[in-house]
Amino acid sequence: MDLFEYQARDLFEKHDVPVLAAAIATTADEAEAAATKIGGKVVVKAQVKVGGRGKAGGVKLAENPADAREKAGAILGMDIKGHIVHTVMIAAAAPIESEYYLAILLDRSNRTFLVMASVSGGMDIEEVAHTAPEKLAKIPVSAVDGISTAKAKEIISAANFPADVADQVVSVLVKLWKVFQSEDATLVEVNPLVKTKDGKIIALDGKVTLDDNADFRQPDHEALIDQAAENPLEALAKEKGLNYVKLEGEVGIIGNGAGLVMSTLDVVAYAGEKHGGVRPANFLDIGGGASAQVMADGLSIILGDKDVKSVFVNVFGGITACDAVATGIVQALELLGSKATKPIVVRLDGNNVMEGRAILNKAAHPLVQQLDTMDGAADRAAELVAK
Amino acid sequence: MSIFLNENTKVIVQGMTGSEGTKHTRRMLASGTKIVGGVTPGKGGQVVDIDGHQLPVFNTVAEAMSATSASASVVFVPPKFAKAAVIDAIDAAMPLVVVITEGIPVHDSASFYAYSLTKGKTRIVGPNCPGLISPGKSNIGIIPADITGAGPIGLVSKSGTLTYQMMYELRDIGFSTAVGIGGDPVIGTTHIDCLRAFQDDPDTKAIVMIGEIGGDAEERAAAFIAEYVTKPVVGYVAGFTAPEGKTMGHAGAIVSGSSGTAQGKKDALEAAGVKVGQTPSETARLLRAILGR
Repeated sequence: MDLFEYQARDLFEKHDVPVLAAAIATTADEAEAAATKIGGKVVVKAQVKVGGRGKAGGVKLAENPADAREKAGAILGMDIKGHIVHTVMIAAAAPIESEYYLAILLDRSNRTFLVMASVSGGMDIEEVAHTAPEKLAKIPVSAVDGISTAKAKEIISAANFPADVADQVVSVLVKLWKVFQSEDATLVEVNPLVKTKDGKIIALDGKVTLDDNADFRQPDHEALIDQAAENPLEALAKEKGLNYVKLEGEVGIIGNGAGLVMSTLDVVAYAGEKHGGVRPANFLDIGGGASAQVMADGLSIILGDKDVKSVFVNVFGGITACDAVATGIVQALELLGSKATKPIVVRLDGNNVMEGRAILNKAAHPLVQQLDTMDGAADRAAELVAK
Repeated sequence: MSIFLNENTKVIVQGMTGSEGTKHTRRMLASGTKIVGGVTPGKGGQVVDIDGHQLPVFNTVAEAMSATSASASVVFVPPKFAKAAVIDAIDAAMPLVVVITEGIPVHDSASFYAYSLTKGKTRIVGPNCPGLISPGKSNIGIIPADITGAGPIGLVSKSGTLTYQMMYELRDIGFSTAVGIGGDPVIGTTHIDCLRAFQDDPDTKAIVMIGEIGGDAEERAAAFIAEYVTKPVVGYVAGFTAPEGKTMGHAGAIVSGSSGTAQGKKDALEAAGVKVGQTPSETARLLRAILGR
């Protein structure tokens, strides 16, 4: 899960990373009140999970609370690369002398953690990495050892931070490691990390990504979910414990196993090219134990998607037995009754396939048709949309 | 021959007394795997009867190894306790540790992987994987043993069900070893490790490599193939239709910006001379053409 800037700021504050006073506002009134409380000049910043908001006009300096009210009014509701601004952060303005860059992340390629540090902060770091790679220090960090003060000193020295700020930056880096580790983050980025005119180091803007797999030991993270941005079908699926992603197409997909479901989406998209550009409507992995209830939950979510014109159930029985899946489909259709209105193409293979196919044949539900191969079934499902 | 395991591999099951552990111990025994015991901290000294096999339970992997001379362990421990279980196996210098558990925090897997490197004695497969099978010899994990038999194909895949699908498509030819390496961002054994082992395995004549969106493991594998692998390799990549920034089931299956795309992986593999199928069935046909079957 990616966090908003204000959520990242709050996590930083919780772990004693130096940040500026700030508050969030969802209306111009709230923005004015927040600016009054903070006092002096403030910065009004759009809270969107996308880069380039500054260039899009989503960050404005305000001279006083009335000005903050006006600036917030202009920014709230703005569309930044398809993201509507619902919240702004009002933060104290700081006189900036220098801008640096500091990040800790999971380096998948090398299966380790990595610190990236640069004294050329403030701008797009990918640009720095591309045009002046010598200005970006990349230092691997062992997941066993982490970042001690000694390790942080080594990193800050490798990145050529000026001597007058080195101690402060070392201290910030050790604290950022605490954020990274204790919050189960896969990315903690500060850009820019600034030196103010009075020589203080402050994390001015932050980006944090949290590992969803760690939710069981991070009870506080649930409150960070952006409920408003969740697709209603995705939210419903999550409630039912289903792994579902809404897409733009017309063929509803149910399968078992993440790889097979991804593959099913692709095969439907290829088949759909012959039928006027038909596309898959969703990703839905019902996993290993496909009980009737899971199948019913899955089918009801997919049939609740008004974009869906046909459904493709693609199951390879590994641990799952095809007869259990077939029984699940039959029972699901009984549970759904008249709510099931779209044609359902089923392809079963693997464990107990003959029994599974026989169960569906015997039930002879008017909406269900079976095909023997994945490619053939994908083609039929796409064809049914085009009809 | 086979890679990483053979008919003599003695296996212990970490988490054998849990419901998943018991279920899959039964299946592994039925497929001929030499299961010699289990590890559940606090339950040491018990003996569990699984389908007539009297399996001793130990508190630690070290105790299990010294009593049974096991050379592999398979982990069915829930995410919360998985790190401790894998560390226990690494401390015992267990040569092969297959981690089936899905949903382990990446800080934990990065940590036990780094720890395994410092000890230098343990190969980890997974986590979040179906394990590995050499049909007719040994089966460590949850891959169904009855899809196909022994044969000349080596298979390495991030996905469990695509592994089964591909074994099924090529069931008349058979496999030397099929390895499900797992769909997490940090895994212990990579495509490259398997490609190297298959290249060196005299009984493997051709290789199927299955990848999916996320990370750059397939691109790295492509570079390795170009440099090192002389056996024919066919490839398949899943996730062409996956939108940017969405996790597709597997924790590691996510396109970030322009990196980790299926197209990028396919292009890299093709540039290395690997024939890449558009669907699993087409991939199987490409392999058949190479073997003349």
